[in-house]
Amino acid sequence: MQLKTGTRLGSSVCNAEVMVISASDGDINLTCGGAPMAAAGSGGEKSAIDPDHQGGVQIGKRYVTADATMELLCVKPGEGSLAIDGTPLALKDAKKLPKTD
Amino acid sequence: MNLMMILEMANSAFADRIAFTNSEDGSSITYQELFDQSGSAALAAQGTTSDHFAIRDVNSLAMPIGIFASSWAGLPFVPLNYRLTEAEIEALLTRITPTYLVTHDDHEEVYTNREGITPVTRGAFLENFDAQSKPEDAWSMEPEDVAVLLFTSGTTGEPKAAILRQKHLVSYLLGSVEFASAEEHEAALVCVPPYHIAGIMAVLSSVYSGRRVVQLPQFSAEAWLELAKSEKITTAFVVPTMLSKIIEALDGQSTADLPDLGSLSYGGGKMPLPVLERAMALFPDTEFTNAYGLTETSSTISVLGPEEHRTAAASEDKYARRRLVSVGVPMPGIEIEIRDDDNNVLPIDTAGEIFVRGEQVSGEYRGIGKVSSEDGWFPTRDRGYTDSEGYLFLDGRADDVIVRGGENLSPGEIEDVLLQHKAVADVAIVGIPDEQWGEAVAMAVVLKPGTSASEDELRSWVKDRLRSSRVPQVIHYKDELPYNPTGKLLRRVIREELIA
Repeated sequence: MQLKTGTRLGSSVCNAEVMVISASDGDINLTCGGAPMAAAGSGGEKSAIDPDHQGGVQIGKRYVTADATMELLCVKPGEGSLAIDGTPLALKDAKKLPKTD
Repeated sequence: MNLMMILEMANSAFADRIAFTNSEDGSSITYQELFDQSGSAALAAQGTTSDHFAIRDVNSLAMPIGIFASSWAGLPFVPLNYRLTEAEIEALLTRITPTYLVTHDDHEEVYTNREGITPVTRGAFLENFDAQSKPEDAWSMEPEDVAVLLFTSGTTGEPKAAILRQKHLVSYLLGSVEFASAEEHEAALVCVPPYHIAGIMAVLSSVYSGRRVVQLPQFSAEAWLELAKSEKITTAFVVPTMLSKIIEALDGQSTADLPDLGSLSYGGGKMPLPVLERAMALFPDTEFTNAYGLTETSSTISVLGPEEHRTAAASEDKYARRRLVSVGVPMPGIEIEIRDDDNNVLPIDTAGEIFVRGEQVSGEYRGIGKVSSEDGWFPTRDRGYTDSEGYLFLDGRADDVIVRGGENLSPGEIEDVLLQHKAVADVAIVGIPDEQWGEAVAMAVVLKPGTSASEDELRSWVKDRLRSSRVPQVIHYKDELPYNPTGKLLRRVIREELIA
């Protein structure tokens, strides 16, 4: 599917939801728990999680591709883990910044 | 993207934590209540013909509810400067009608039966709350939606309406705040008003990190110190004039005795070095952070962190020590360039106009449009320079530069020299019209109590340290200089007085 910055997507195997922070153009095969993600809140039966994709996603964490062209923010946690074309996304390191406000 | 997503996340992670406390009346609200009340308020605003969600009031619980409710309802949030005159507020209101308007309870009568305005007092806004009622539709996730319309302070002319879209504010939060990073005991003391970008960001950053906010609606140094102690405040933001007053209030004491205050950040104006040094001595357990940003850049774009404060303060090298008065280095994702009048990028240690680029940078005004370039560079109209390590130094506003006989003079350079004179407490250098030179250097100066310095003495002081072109032609002695309540020096007012 085409991913647009700001869109919210839901897992079809667990309760996980993500928001697209940045995305490359074109058709992207984004999965959670091994199954394709769809627009958040689109409902439907949850399918079974693929045991190879069950590392889980944590709320507030950001997930990126190795080349950093795609970045997602987890807005609802779940048991499935994220992948594009079967390659798992990596957890992005949090930067330690001083409090400014 | 939508600010409501930030609140939804906070609510799912720590629903029962206290989110905001208003120190004026002691009222508090949890994240769950903030979420529910925002839904209820969004529905109320959607039920009117309004296309803005304005607030004319000091800080209260209505402020965070207003920010999130407006994002939920898809209306720009417009916090008005309640310190303006009635006529000035009227002028701003005509630019945002039809609007929903939350007002201080004292203004109940002012807006009844006014076309284009749906008024609600703060009291009614907070009371008319039904936990079951909220919009049927979820909020929009469109990144281009306008989240906040913020009128600039207008120190140089008519206020401009800066547009901050959802994508700018959310980018800033994702880039600078780690979700749920605050521990449960952490509390931020917020004394900047709702119409200041720092007041808005304090709400958003605190919600995203899960840090409780204690609001101090009317700042006084005594109240600030008392509240910091009683609420065990761990972090706070002040503008320079506030820090000066806090230091004055601690006169005679060796420490502020606020062991819980882990971090104190400041920004929004030039911090005099003596004030900072005194503050660092009075708050020995506190880490200091200088944040520089503009309304148009969704607040902070560069930061001098605690470590940099310590390193600079401890340095023997003059060049490195000077960094204590810098605004630090750019935030992640922010690029900064210093350019001359012909748009050429300048080398280090050379002052020019500060340009900035990044996802949080809007650089767009209603009715004026985008002032940033095609490739995203926003001219801040602030002057500054960077040093060999990339530290950014501010050098006043580009519009304040004095052009005398074809030579560009920086008021800040002359002011810094004068502030080193033992009798000078505060000083402002401005340009006034001059037949011979185009502009002449004029000065308003405040002397420390019990001291004196003649005009000749001050002129020689400048002449001995800078070039003769920098020597003030006109000197006025004043009891104090005019500042706006958020600490900006009102050069326009000083200039008018010096011309008269």
